[in-house]
Amino acid sequence: MSQSLDAYLVLSGLLFSIGTFGFLARRNAIAMLMSIELMLNAVNLAAIAFGAFIPQLQAHASLIALLVMAVAAAEATVGLAIVIAIYRNQRTPLVDEYTSMRQ
Amino acid sequence: MPLFQGEATAFTFAPDQLLVLALLVLPLAGFALTALIGRRLYARAWIIAVPAIVLTWAIGMYLVYQTLFVGAFGHEGLHFTLYDWVPAGSFNVAVNFGVDALTAVVLLVVTTVGMLVHIYSIGYMAHDPGRWRFFAYLNLFMFSMLLLVLADNFLLLFGAWELVGLSSYLLIGFWYSRRSAALAAKKAFIVNRVGDFGFALGIAAVWTTVGTLNFFTTEAGPGVFELLPAAFHGGLIESWHINGIALLLFMGAMGKSAQFPLHVWLPDAMEGPTPVSALIHAATMVNAGVYFVARANPIFAEAPQAMILVAAVGIFTAILAASIALTQRDIKRVLAYSTLSQLGYMFASLGVGAFTAAIFHLVTHGFFKGLLFLGSGSVIHAVHEEQDMNKMGALWRRIPITHWTMLIGAIALAGIPPLAGFWSKDEILGESFKNGFLWVWAIGVVVAVMTGFYMFRLMGKTFYGQSHVDPHVEPTIHESPRSMTVPLIILAVPSILLGLAIGFPPGSGLLHGWLEPVFEHASETLGLHHAAFEIGGIDGALLIVGAAAAALGVILGAWLFGLLRRGERRPLVERLTTRLQPLYNASYAKFWFDDLNDLIFVRFGGALARAIWWFDVRVIDGTVNGVASLTQGAGKGIRQIQTGRVQNYALGIAAGLLVMAVTYMFVVAR
Repeated sequence: MSQSLDAYLVLSGLLFSIGTFGFLARRNAIAMLMSIELMLNAVNLAAIAFGAFIPQLQAHASLIALLVMAVAAAEATVGLAIVIAIYRNQRTPLVDEYTSMRQ
Repeated sequence: MPLFQGEATAFTFAPDQLLVLALLVLPLAGFALTALIGRRLYARAWIIAVPAIVLTWAIGMYLVYQTLFVGAFGHEGLHFTLYDWVPAGSFNVAVNFGVDALTAVVLLVVTTVGMLVHIYSIGYMAHDPGRWRFFAYLNLFMFSMLLLVLADNFLLLFGAWELVGLSSYLLIGFWYSRRSAALAAKKAFIVNRVGDFGFALGIAAVWTTVGTLNFFTTEAGPGVFELLPAAFHGGLIESWHINGIALLLFMGAMGKSAQFPLHVWLPDAMEGPTPVSALIHAATMVNAGVYFVARANPIFAEAPQAMILVAAVGIFTAILAASIALTQRDIKRVLAYSTLSQLGYMFASLGVGAFTAAIFHLVTHGFFKGLLFLGSGSVIHAVHEEQDMNKMGALWRRIPITHWTMLIGAIALAGIPPLAGFWSKDEILGESFKNGFLWVWAIGVVVAVMTGFYMFRLMGKTFYGQSHVDPHVEPTIHESPRSMTVPLIILAVPSILLGLAIGFPPGSGLLHGWLEPVFEHASETLGLHHAAFEIGGIDGALLIVGAAAAALGVILGAWLFGLLRRGERRPLVERLTTRLQPLYNASYAKFWFDDLNDLIFVRFGGALARAIWWFDVRVIDGTVNGVASLTQGAGKGIRQIQTGRVQNYALGIAAGLLVMAVTYMFVVAR
């Protein structure tokens, strides 16, 4: 374990950036969901890192991390379910083909 | 006798009051019934309308007798209220009626001529499929006219004023499928609106000044004719104020009585059936203005400047119309311009303060002009609806009753003694002279010459000389049915005798005795007091001048256009016409008043209206529509960023977040 907080934060920032890029750039709904997971985990990593280096935040950090994991799990479940439902309808996982609600 | 019982009050009317109400109810009921079931009566459409008016006439005569001969209602007259019409706080107007000597004298003309015209119409309209409509309208007119004469306050009078206008409109446009008739009806209505605009303003001014609209002081409270002069003398209002009120009210009279410059509607109104021309546009409705100014004499007497204008407008209309009548070819138009001219006389007379003379002329003119119009209708009937006098001639043996009665009417109108017109016209001229209006007198004498001339031009062209009637029509010329000739004969009697009967000796006849209480106060205010009539003095001289002027006109007219066996002096007439070509053209074109109105109101007014319309469409509507399309356009433009792609939104969120973070780092955190 590195002794520098900065290293964790940089990694977290990188992960978050990758996630953001993936969410914005990919057209596949599944890949977008995966990008969201990546961003959530980047945030989790940052929170845990703060908890480990700053004693006053220790208890809170673990709590936040657990909460984020629970929310991420729920989000993944619902998100995947929606994607599957749309896929059954539209026969494509590509989000820019989902145009039936456009004017 | 109790008529009907309210919850709190019992309405009771004296028998005479009931008769006054019957005068209104009968024509109104006649109108309603004829309008409802008249169509089913076919040729007998008159069966309700005419008896209703005959009955009205009988009641009217009784009331006239009671008022004028018995004096049952005293000098004040009979005044009573039917019900409160507009009880709105301090603004309180009742439906109230009044019968005094002035009302009675006008009633005499309205009911008598009205009754005769109704009878005449039975024959005249016998073959018209719309006759039920005609009789319904005619009854409506009688109701309106009687209401106008009986009304005892300004608002009720104004309502009746509009109702006679409506009836006139309906009857001028009776043959509405003819474009000219429909246009003439519209013209009459619109020109009258101009006058009524002033009239309504005048009534409003009266209300704001004295706070009541009742004419006379009764138990109900003081009336305008007492309050307005009192306010003027008490210094509450200024001279211009009362002059202004008088002029505004006079404007209404100008419209209804077709005085310059609102005279243009009356000649066109001849598009209506001839009985209508006789009744409404010669004998009764057009006299409403004269009647009203005479009725409002307490106001006008306090407004000497307004009076001068009344006299000027009157005498100018008289000479203008008379000079137009000299050259018209349509028999009814000659008579229409003659009516204008005689109405001008009446207003001149009112203007110089000779109220009695004006009413005198109103009465006599009502009879002989009614006679002339009905006669012209009979002529037109005889020559198969031809109105151009150049296509008549030599009719006097073919339709003798029409000819002789019209000859009487023409002599009466020309003012040859001792027929009716002489006495009334001469009184107007004499009074103008004696009241110091020399110019009115001088123009009046010229008009008298013209009157004689154009009437005998009409007689000569129509009845004497050679026949110019269409050869196809020629053999079928026939005298009109009895229902038409009998009214002519009856009307000829007052045309001969009425002047002698009620106006002789001049200045102190029966009529003067009747009307003296009505106009006494006004004459005093105006300071007009004359010595008794003297045949040897100035009065005699004026009488001779008037008679000579009339005789000159008649002799000229008869000499040029023929009388009985003598025909028209065609070459001389033609030479005169060519010599006076510009004058002839001006007169024939009615001094281009219609063209002037067309230019000012139709062309310029139309252009102005179109400009305003353009402004409305482009600028006003443009602004409103511009705001709408701007909003719509903006919406359309901005909607482009709503792509529906979740990634675009996320990019926005990310960019925003980035901006916020960078801002925080570089601006806030520093």
